[in-house]
Amino acid sequence: MVKNIIDWIDARIPMTATYNRHVGQYPTPKNFNFWYFFGSLALLVLVNQLLTGIWLTMNYVPTAEGAFASVEYIMRDVEYGWLLRYMHSTGASAFFVVIYLHMFRGLLYGSYQKPRELLWLFGMLIFLVLMAEAFMGYLLPWGQMSYWGAQVIISLFGAIPVIGDDLTLWIRGDYVISGATLNRFFALHVIALPLVLVVLVFLHLIALHEVGSNNPDGVEIKKNKDENGWPVDAIPFHPYYTVKDIMGVAGFLIVFCYVLFFMPEGGGYFLEKPNFEAANPMKTPEHIAPVWYFTPFYAILRAIPDKLLGVVGMGLSIAVLFILPWLDRCKVKSIRYRSVIHKINIAQFSVSFIVLGYLGVVPATPELTIVARIFTLTYFGFFVALWVYSKNEKTKPEPTRVTH
Amino acid sequence: MKKLLIALVTLVPSLAMAASGHNVHLESANVDLHDTASLERGLDLFQNYCSGCHSTQYQRYERVATDLNISVDDMRNKYIFTGSKIGELMENSIPAADAAKWFGAAPPDLTLVARVRGADWVYSYLKGFYADESRPFGVNNTVFPLVGMPHVLQGLQGLPVKQEDGTLVATGGSMTAEEYDQAMRDLTGFLVYSGDPVKLEREALGWWVLGFLFIFFIIAYFLKKEYWKDVH
Repeated sequence: MVKNIIDWIDARIPMTATYNRHVGQYPTPKNFNFWYFFGSLALLVLVNQLLTGIWLTMNYVPTAEGAFASVEYIMRDVEYGWLLRYMHSTGASAFFVVIYLHMFRGLLYGSYQKPRELLWLFGMLIFLVLMAEAFMGYLLPWGQMSYWGAQVIISLFGAIPVIGDDLTLWIRGDYVISGATLNRFFALHVIALPLVLVVLVFLHLIALHEVGSNNPDGVEIKKNKDENGWPVDAIPFHPYYTVKDIMGVAGFLIVFCYVLFFMPEGGGYFLEKPNFEAANPMKTPEHIAPVWYFTPFYAILRAIPDKLLGVVGMGLSIAVLFILPWLDRCKVKSIRYRSVIHKINIAQFSVSFIVLGYLGVVPATPELTIVARIFTLTYFGFFVALWVYSKNEKTKPEPTRVTH
Repeated sequence: MKKLLIALVTLVPSLAMAASGHNVHLESANVDLHDTASLERGLDLFQNYCSGCHSTQYQRYERVATDLNISVDDMRNKYIFTGSKIGELMENSIPAADAAKWFGAAPPDLTLVARVRGADWVYSYLKGFYADESRPFGVNNTVFPLVGMPHVLQGLQGLPVKQEDGTLVATGGSMTAEEYDQAMRDLTGFLVYSGDPVKLEREALGWWVLGFLFIFFIIAYFLKKEYWKDVH
């Protein structure tokens, strides 16, 4: 009976073939380590954001007059509304934690290198859209930090010569952030950007399954196939990686739920304290800080003395990640078989990113601005140095098979 | 190079300062959300002394009654002064525009004040009023300089006077210093409750969720191990 139904469907759309190609018989390298959990976790967090978002929308009021009160209504009067709201707000931060670790994995094992350039580009586009999605979502609770954070970030577009002022006006739909801005951000946050995000995730997965997954050794498993054409170092995604990822999901959820149930404000970093006060256009908070996941780029913006150059610098700090596959000219992918200088470079880049992230949270002082400038240089220095030394890098011999 | 060294040397203390934020010393509020009797005393103080001007407009009377084990009749008779129904929001009766005219700024809603400022700040603020003739209401506040409201609790605490060493000494109130401290702890506790009324329920549920996830993780671990034993 079941078989008949499946046959009936398969005669009309390639259901079984698609399942086998992407799950049942997708050849996955058998040596994935801890870092490889974050891809499936990113998918989990995306689904969490979509589902909790839909339910929040049922009670949220997207107007300047009603937004803040409706969030408190969800927190107090909607059955388990507090759970939905905290799942969504904690999920936003978790999304960036997972994505940053996922990107770092790509950096460690050279997963952006040929033939995975397009896969990396789709991933970067996801990151970019995710940032826009998070930025617009943060305006919706209509708290003080929602309002003033958006005010600061949108005003950055004003630094662009000639069209700057008109552009900011066009984005806001008003001369200041207002209900008009909230309405359009709501529309973009709940419909436009999630749609783009889902399409990009689809393309990211198609690109991945076309070229095949990289692995911690950075060697192509497709070069070594058995008589049936199956890579000898591969195992089918299902059941091996589905059961492994279920374990990863359980581990992730323990951390996620600890934050969710016991510290949903995330120490004032996931939900900033001033955001528990309704937006007040007449009262500027003492210290306006973006949410933690934007702060490395925000620190670069503040480190550069000129406003326009600062905006350009911030844009470049993200844009440069797009061309990473072409900056790295080394033939060896994984950090395991690359030079000491490459290891040091990745280490200093990680330190730079974290220090800049911290500096973006705290108020700028003259001393801290100097520190931020130094780490802005080392941030960009990573890419310049990579381009220089990767051409003739002293690498170790790669193994012919993956190591386990 | 020299600039770099200076920057690094000054980085550590300035980071510490940035982390602490304000340099005003705050007293520990030390509230206990399980102590519903204390929270009800806090509600009593809030309704009698604060709610004339300050609303807690995101919270409902009925929810407070349920959470603090107050009977509906007690809530109606003892704590609702505005004629509101038990299911209604705890709004106040003075119009914001009039309030703004009288005080210079409308008294803020206090539902979430403990989440914005922190419990210790609220506690220290309530204990921070002192006599200052230069101010319109004759009082100033140690943690909120140039505060725009009178010392409403003067009848309880008396009027504190700033001593030469900076401490505040109050005389003439109906409460002793210890009683006033406890009363302010009660009031702060009520505001902490009000800011996040679901906190206790959330944490209780959290332990069940974590317990389930630990067991789930162990099962998932062994399931993975079983499937992977033939992968070499």
